Amino acid sequence: MAEQVAMAGIQRLWRIATLVLIFALGAWAWASGLLPTMADLWDDIVYLGRQHIILVAISGGLAIAVGIPLGILLTRPGMQRYSNIALQFLNIGATIPTLAVLALSMSILGIGDTPAIFGLFVLTLLPIVSNTLAGIRAVPRHLIEAATGMGLSRGQILWQVELPNALFVIYAGIRTALAVNVGTVPLAFLIGGGGLGELIFSGIALNEFGMMLAGAIPTALLAIMVDFLMSQMQLWTIPRGVNPLR
Amino acid sequence: MIRLENVTKVFPGAAMPSVDHVSMEVPEGEICVLLGPSGCGKTTTMKMVNRLIEPSSGKIFIDGKDTTDHDAVQLRRTLGYVIQQIGLFPNKTIVDNICIVPDILGWDRAKSRARAAELLQMVALDPGIYLNRYPKELSGGQQQRIGVLRAIAADPPVLLMDEPFGAIDPINREIIQDEFLKMQATMKKTIMFVSHDIDEAVKMADRIAIFNEGRLVQYDTPDNLLAHPKNRFVSDFVGSDRTLKRLQLLKVTDAMMHDPPSVRADDTLAAAAALMEENGHSSIVMVGPNGRVRGFVDLRTARETKGKVGENHETLPTTIKTDENLRTAVSTMFRHDVTWLACVDDDRVFKGYVTLRGITHLLGEAHRDG
Repeated sequence: MAEQVAMAGIQRLWRIATLVLIFALGAWAWASGLLPTMADLWDDIVYLGRQHIILVAISGGLAIAVGIPLGILLTRPGMQRYSNIALQFLNIGATIPTLAVLALSMSILGIGDTPAIFGLFVLTLLPIVSNTLAGIRAVPRHLIEAATGMGLSRGQILWQVELPNALFVIYAGIRTALAVNVGTVPLAFLIGGGGLGELIFSGIALNEFGMMLAGAIPTALLAIMVDFLMSQMQLWTIPRGVNPLR
Repeated sequence: MIRLENVTKVFPGAAMPSVDHVSMEVPEGEICVLLGPSGCGKTTTMKMVNRLIEPSSGKIFIDGKDTTDHDAVQLRRTLGYVIQQIGLFPNKTIVDNICIVPDILGWDRAKSRARAAELLQMVALDPGIYLNRYPKELSGGQQQRIGVLRAIAADPPVLLMDEPFGAIDPINREIIQDEFLKMQATMKKTIMFVSHDIDEAVKMADRIAIFNEGRLVQYDTPDNLLAHPKNRFVSDFVGSDRTLKRLQLLKVTDAMMHDPPSVRADDTLAAAAALMEENGHSSIVMVGPNGRVRGFVDLRTARETKGKVGENHETLPTTIKTDENLRTAVSTMFRHDVTWLACVDDDRVFKGYVTLRGITHLLGEAHRDG
């Protein structure tokens, strides 16, 4: 009881402290001329933000659409021996610096949206494939044996047993992948991909702090939002029996 | 019902066959326990029945039909399967776990859900509480009950059980075994049951198949197996206390002296003493007007005292029901420090005596035969 009262007290304190902090930040932002700058750039932020989101959606969507089936394929019997090779290949891919991937992508596909999307897609693919692979491999053997013994077909085992039980790990892979993706999109500006990177890099080049933050803050907010959306999906779409969050 | 003909399995790269020319038949409605040390081939033998493992040679028939005639997946849907690790699907609710085979077979949803509720009631779990829970919310014993229900949900004639109660604590195991035997009494499934526990086998089996190094060493009823082990391996495996194990297979009626003499309250002690001397007994039971057990008189009292039985009888420390097993009977005798018990039926009507000597004689008989 006393503990609960104490907890409530601490929570209230936190709320007040957060509000004070936000107010202080706002006051500072206004005084330093940041907010007026951002307000001036509002149209740009909206336009570039939309571009940013489109880049994330297309490259991330493609990576999910390719990565999950690829991960599943690599767990199928007969494919096991290729799975380690494939994973090594993807791991090497992941060690190539982000900027280098984009540069390579540009040197092959030229300048514009296509190489940007391709580069982001490659970067996003690894965590999705490896988590799908790991998630399905971690499904206990005896569940598969029980399912096989009761007469479930391969497909039924995949859909009714393997995927639902691997879902949490697969989601974790998608979350990581999208966080990487949102954070990398600003670099896509360098190869003509657009997005909020335009404000950031122009701000740096022009030594305009406000312009840079007008790109950086929405990017950060976007990353937080995507992660929040994913966590909500994780919470609500994974069956309660295998959902550690519920 | 399940017939194995010369079934052999050699795993790739193995020097010795894991299962070596095994032929046996499990009759319809019986529980056959495959028993043996680990690595003896019992599990492999069972898994060849539902083709989780394909035999290297030999044939397996179920209900006269070769199991390789049809697709393995179709075959497995007609054979219930229970494993030691239970293997309930954690992503599905209890009701969906139970209904998994009916769902695959395309049963009407309302029908399969009603069946699931009915099955839960059979194992004394309230459907209202448990149907929509997830496996992780149940205890190990409850989960294994659900594992068994899932196997019988689509009412397959054959059940394959791979050490189904092996991972459950001893107390719950006893309860679940009894519960399962009670269900089996009405279900009459043909069951192949893998175990490494001789006590479980003796309790559950109509027949026991003892395996060693891939070979079927002895296939017999539990009582025959304990009374006449075929060779050294079997007698070692069933244990040096195998005769004691037979106690739980035999019923009080098997060792009981039927239609014994008895006296009534208004008989004289002299008549009682005469009756005892005539039969060579040292005590006699007194029954009431409807044949119910009331007490007893011993020979010395009857000789030394005069009067009616009703005024001089002693109360019996305990009685035993005729359908109890001899293990319980002997245990009861030891507990009360007596060498005989009066046997009664459910209405406490006197049916006969069982004596320690009679039990010893019964158990010894088999050995003299052999």
